[in-house]
This record gives sequence, structure tokens and C-alpha cells, in this order.
Amino acid sequence: MKDALVELQHITKAFGENVVLDDLSLAIEENEFVTLLGPSGCGKSTTIRIVGGFEKPDQGRVLFEGKDITDVPPNRRNLNTVFQKYALFPHLTVGQNVAYGLVISGKTDQYIRDKVRYGLKLVNLAGFEDRRIESLSGGQQQRVAMARAIVNEPKLLLLDEPLGALDLKLREEMEYELRNLKEELGITFLYVTHDQEEALTMSDKVVVLNGGYIQQMGTPEEIYNEPENAFVASFIGDSNIVPGKMVRDRLVEIYGVPFPCVDEGFGENRPVDVVIRPEDLILREPGAGKLDGTVISNIFIGVHYEMQVAAGGFEWLVQNTVSHPVGEHVSLDVIPENIQIMKRPASEDEEALALDV
Amino acid sequence: MKKALKNIYLIIILLFLYMPILTLVVLSFNQSKSMFKWTGLSLRWYRELFSNGEILRAVWNTFSIAFCAAVAATLIGTLGAIGLQAMKKRPRNLILSVNQIPLLNADIVIGISLMLTFIAAGLYLSWGTVLLAHIFFCLPYVLLSVMPRLRQSTASTYEAALDLGASSFQAFLTVVLPEIWPGIISGFLLSFTMSVDDFVVTHFTRGAGINTISTLIYSQVRVGIRPVLFALSTLIFLVVLLALLVSNRMQRKEETA
Repeated sequence: MKDALVELQHITKAFGENVVLDDLSLAIEENEFVTLLGPSGCGKSTTIRIVGGFEKPDQGRVLFEGKDITDVPPNRRNLNTVFQKYALFPHLTVGQNVAYGLVISGKTDQYIRDKVRYGLKLVNLAGFEDRRIESLSGGQQQRVAMARAIVNEPKLLLLDEPLGALDLKLREEMEYELRNLKEELGITFLYVTHDQEEALTMSDKVVVLNGGYIQQMGTPEEIYNEPENAFVASFIGDSNIVPGKMVRDRLVEIYGVPFPCVDEGFGENRPVDVVIRPEDLILREPGAGKLDGTVISNIFIGVHYEMQVAAGGFEWLVQNTVSHPVGEHVSLDVIPENIQIMKRPASEDEEALALDV
Repeated sequence: MKKALKNIYLIIILLFLYMPILTLVVLSFNQSKSMFKWTGLSLRWYRELFSNGEILRAVWNTFSIAFCAAVAATLIGTLGAIGLQAMKKRPRNLILSVNQIPLLNADIVIGISLMLTFIAAGLYLSWGTVLLAHIFFCLPYVLLSVMPRLRQSTASTYEAALDLGASSFQAFLTVVLPEIWPGIISGFLLSFTMSVDDFVVTHFTRGAGINTISTLIYSQVRVGIRPVLFALSTLIFLVVLLALLVSNRMQRKEETA
């Protein structure tokens, strides 16, 4: 098997009493777009800083192309970073900012000029060489930071919440541009964000982090459709998480009502957590579905109506393009493929592991 | 009418502010030794000034001490500020409050305590002890003018430079230094001015043979002041005026750039 480009092995890091990362292992393949996703304080920024060389792990190793770089300083690592607040050099022009890494590594003037022009063109800032940093908008500064990193042709690009300071519209635009940039350059991206939409839109692989542990790792579809625990299910998108009982393979009981599903291997008559996405709940005529209930709220939020339905002792969140007025009697149904079963944490410790923020 | 009144008011204020200096300048060109009688224009006191070894030595002492003290204080203070910035918040704030004490302390207390310390340490009071004393009281000013320039952003641009392949020293020279440079310059100028201006601390730490301009004038006041010192003061005033104009111009340039 080919070596991963970057491999984190059993990384542990604490700041004083506060353990930020606990025995974290992670491999990043060449040319992958990997996103570390999690709430603030989950250890994602620390992880990226360890890869960048700005923090040393207390335990564990960082491998880069199979070589141990745990003790290699940041300036000798073949990677570049786009920082959260861009960290552009305010006393230099846009062109000088982009050229910084090339000048340091002693490239020829002609090479630097061409490369700077190429880099700025790549991020749609052609002709901005002589502008001052403070004359640029947030989005433009972000692009300069990108250009400054990629002109050095790193093997790996680290991006620490690079879109965090931008407004929604700009952020969505940049998401596509980042994706395109990655295709064009063939660089491996390690991206950090707390925004689930960013993570799902851009990544090949999403790593959900919480409390210093990896909660789940997988493609965006896997993460969204098959969350492995309650934390992942509630952190990514809206979801209804209800207690259930796995009667046998492919049959789960929710509030006393049997639902056919597609999950196997949980044993018989075992308590489980059941995740059903609000857009997967089907509203039928009373009696026609599995769980009868009443609509208790209804909000129009643009793409669809968001309704709450009290049924079986739970207030279900339902998203539907058809509006059902408050007070209407409905029946809930869901197709087997849209039911996701999760193992119920056996002990409180395990639960804390999953929900600890 | 209203405008005329305004202008008259302005002139009165300016006169009020500059009358004393103007008097000094005029008297420095007076031929006689009297402070009250104008006997004619003359450069006599200027000639005497440049042939008076004692005064020239005092001028030399003043400016050599000011320059050396400012350089040393700026160097130590800047390094200190960088170190402080890297410290945790609590010890940093503690040291910064300690840093305020010499600023608030009366000059006379600083002067006497420094003198006692020097004597206790067995140092012979001289040019060197005055320099040490001046570095001592200039340091807090440097720290105070450099610290605000070192913000969180400096730490991240420093990291960005490392990330782009710079060594720590290169990153310091090309990224950190340019960012804090204005603070360093103003710390240097402040130190220089404070040092030139100082009388009390110098008086207590200078020992027998050494004089700066201020201590020289003070010692001459007792025996009767000579117009030579008017000439000297006029020259100093002109130098300061020139420095002010240059620095203003530089500032305006920076703002428009």
C-alpha cells in the first residue's frame, strides 16, 4: 500500500489541565480534500497547528511522506498555511506578500515575477500587485492569502477556517473556487471549519471531531446519511434523535411502533438511538402512516415549511414543501432506507465521549 | 471685524506662549551683559560660547549621554516588549504595572536612590553612572511605546513568515521589525528627549567633574547667569524646532502615502 501523504499517529496534546487532543490518529492521502469539522474547542485548530509545526504534540508522531517531521520546524516543512485571519503582511504590497516565500527561498527575479502574476491570476486578482493590503476587501485579502500560499507549490495546503470572516454570499462563491483551485493545482487540502455546509460541499473526506476525539470519518454522504452517534447526527444538519429498540435485524421499534429498516448486526431487543432526518419524514392522512399526531407549529423558511408534529410522545421536526396548518391531524411515515440506527452509549463515560463539547 | 478679533486673540495667545523664548533669543544677541538694557546687536555671546570649553563639554555630555541612553533603552526595551508579549497574561500585566512605577515616581526619589545604589555598588559617579541612570528611567517609555505595536496580529504574521519558509531571525527582520518600527522610533525619540531634558536624576548621579547643560546652567545661576547661556539656549531651541518640523513633515508624508 502507498504511504499516506500525512499521517498523525496517536497524537495527544494538552494545554495545562485541558486535554485538547486524546490519542488522535489520522491519515491523509495524496490529492485528497480532507475537512476537520467540529465545534469550537474540539481540537481541530490544534490538529492543523500540529501538522503545520506551530505546536508540538505531547505524545505521538507526525509523518509526512513516511518521514517523521514531529520535530521539524514550520519553515522546513513542505506545506503552507492559509491562516484564519489571513495574517497578511500589512507593510508589504499585495505582490510582495505573494512573493514572500519565493524571495525567502532565493528564486530569481524573473521566476518570482511570473509566479506572482500566475498566483494572482489564479485567485482572480490579476493586476493587483501594487495595491496595499488595507485597501482590499475581506474576500480579496483571503484570496491574497491563498495566492501567497500556493505559489510555493506545497505538497499540502492547510486552511484554518479561511472563510470564517466572509459574508454568506462570498463564502458560497469561495467554496466553489476553492474546490476548483484544488482540481487545478492537484494539491492536498487539509481544511478546518466549524461550518457543516462548507465541510459537506467541498470535501472528499470529512473528519468530525469533538472533545479531542474523532467522532466519525467518511465521505460527506456517509457523514450526513449514516451518522455513527448522536453528536454527529445533531451537529450535522437537523435531525430527530429518538430512543428505539432493535427488535431483530431490519426491524426497529420506535414508541411501540415497529418500523422496518435496513440496519443489521445490533443484536435482538437491544436499546438503540434512531436518527431520522426531518426531510425524510413523510406526512400522510391520519391512519395511513405509522405514527399518528398533530401539527403543533409551522414556519415557512424559504425552500420548505418547517413543522413540528407531536406524535408518540415526541415532537418531530418535519421539513416538507407542502404546508400543513397547525392543529391538523397527520400521520408520520418513513421509508426503511432513511432510518439510521446508532448504538446507544452503554455507559455515561461513553456518552460523555460523544457529547462532551 | 469678527475675523480681526479672532486673529488678535490668536496673536495674544501665541505671544503668551512664545514671549519667554523670544525674550531669551533677543537677549542672546544683546551686546551688554545686562538682562534689562539693550545696548546693541552682537554675536559676542555666541563667539564666547564656542570658545568656552566648559560649556562645550557640557553640550557634548548632554548629547552623548542622551544618544547612548536612547539607543540602549530602545534596544533593551524592544527586546523586553517582545519577550513580554510572549508571556502569559497574568505575569505580563504584573510586569507592566511594575513598569509604571518609575514613570510615576518623583524624579528626586529616583535620583537619590540611584545615587545611593551606585555608591553602595562601589561605582565612581561619572559619565557612566549618569548614562546608567538615564537608561533606567528611559526604559519604561520604550516599553510603553513598543508594546501597543505588538498585537496578536504580529504573532500570526510571524507564524505566517515561518510557514512561508523564513527562519525565526528572517521572520523577525522582515515581518516583526517593520510592524513595530514606528513604536521603536517613537520610543527612541522619547528617550532622547527625556534624557536631554533631565536635571534632577543627572544632578544626583553625575559626581563631581561632569556637567550636562542643565546642571551647568543650574550651577551658574548661583554665581550669576551669563548671556552665553542665552545663546546656548537659543541654539538648543532652534535645533528642537528643526527636529519638530522634520518629524511633522515625515508624519504628513506617511499619512498621505
